[in-house]
Amino acid sequence: MIELDNIGYNYGDGELLSNVSVELSPGSFHFLTGPSGAGKTTLLKLCYGALSPTSGRVKAFNMDVKGLDRDQMAMLRRRVGVVHQDCRFLDHLSVEENIALPLTVSGKDLSQEEGNLKELMNWVGLSERAHAKPPELSGGERQRAALARAVILSPEVVVADEPTGNVDWEMSQRLLQLLVELNRMGKTILVATHDLALIRAAKNQVQTRVLRISDRRLQLAGADL
Amino acid sequence: MSEGRIRRLVIGDAQADRVVPPSGFTAHLTLFVAAAMAFLAVFALALSLASGRLADRWADELARAATLRINAPADQRAAQTQAALTVLEQTPGVASARALSADEQAALLAPWFGAELPLDSLPVPQLIEVLETEAGYDAAGLRLRLQAEVPGAVLDDHSRWRKPLVDAARSLRRLGLFSILLIGGAMAGMITLAANAALAANAQVIEVLRLVGAQDSYIAHAFVRRFTLRALIGCGVGVGLGMIGIWLMPSASQEGGFLTGLGFVAWGWLLPLAIPLLGALVAFIATSRAAKNRLGELT
Repeated sequence: MIELDNIGYNYGDGELLSNVSVELSPGSFHFLTGPSGAGKTTLLKLCYGALSPTSGRVKAFNMDVKGLDRDQMAMLRRRVGVVHQDCRFLDHLSVEENIALPLTVSGKDLSQEEGNLKELMNWVGLSERAHAKPPELSGGERQRAALARAVILSPEVVVADEPTGNVDWEMSQRLLQLLVELNRMGKTILVATHDLALIRAAKNQVQTRVLRISDRRLQLAGADL
Repeated sequence: MSEGRIRRLVIGDAQADRVVPPSGFTAHLTLFVAAAMAFLAVFALALSLASGRLADRWADELARAATLRINAPADQRAAQTQAALTVLEQTPGVASARALSADEQAALLAPWFGAELPLDSLPVPQLIEVLETEAGYDAAGLRLRLQAEVPGAVLDDHSRWRKPLVDAARSLRRLGLFSILLIGGAMAGMITLAANAALAANAQVIEVLRLVGAQDSYIAHAFVRRFTLRALIGCGVGVGLGMIGIWLMPSASQEGGFLTGLGFVAWGWLLPLAIPLLGALVAFIATSRAAKNRLGELT
């Protein structure tokens, strides 16, 4: 589904990633871990085409991401739902409008999608906050809204960057539950996190692979996780 | 541009229109610039049309007329006038010729010397008005014949001063049209600047839109529609005010000369109505180009 083949990525003069290869197969659940600044976010961005590798090749849905034009890249983004660490909302729109944004930009008729939108809002527990503005939301609510926005177009892959970074344990369990449910629906999940407790909790519920970035390279994490 | 794109541009999409936040100063700048430019364009258009009318009138009215002046001593004036009329009657291409009466000559001099001019006591030459046929006459030949038969006759076919006047009026018309082009160019420049400022101010919005799968054409459309509508509204206001200004100007009169003729005549009043559409087109093109360039720069 998404394949990174011998990827290298330089940040300025320094090499951030080197000889990274990984394949996200359909329906898989991957965690990506490593120390801060190791390149987790960079690796995620390489997966959905926000960054181009310095060397190597990224293939998404059997297409070489490097060869995609802007329109094709937009289509790729509709197949890969992204949850950013800082969520990235449009603050002048309501929560509901932000969640519906992928529908709006892809030209869908919102009146026909109203049922799905309500159902999704309910699923992430934000029905009561539909008309609030993003700055009014708590950290957990923002992450759930970002997750809802990432999945509203029913993408095949969901990529989440530190989704539990700014929330308490209870809320991180709630978010994990949502990601597990998505995986059970057949979605491919890739989550970057340094929260080892979250990874352990996930392993109890679903089959996962844990990848660790260490010294610019990607390794399969040991059994301690 | 496809039919669907035109439809979206005109009708719009309420949800899509909200995606880009209302941008403060660029909105007001675009409206003001469009209104000011349209206001000026109305006057430039009025100037151009009035100059055109003047050039045509001068060219038409004076092209087929000439004046024969008899400079002869008082005792020979009548005889020479009669001789000149005879020559003119025999000249092919002359439709008619008549000597101006004393009252008519006095009326011509009245603006300078007053109405009570004692014409008899002044050495005023006798004037003969000559009207030519469409084919025209041979001016050089007529001059030679008059020189031989009427020594005091001087033929003035008006070409000496008619041409510069007509040229001046036509230059004024060209100047008016050039001014409209300059106004359009200045408006395009200002709207491009405003669009670039709006695109730069919304770089983060654009980033989010791309993140959720928006194509560049969708993002560009959101800005283009907004600026096109603002230009259309601004130009509409400017044209309305300009037309009121023209309408309030004094009507054409002999005393007022050219200035009081500065306005629109008949169907000419419809021409300024095209300015808002042209303004919107200029804004559409300027914003489309700005959006394309800016979105190309943003990675």
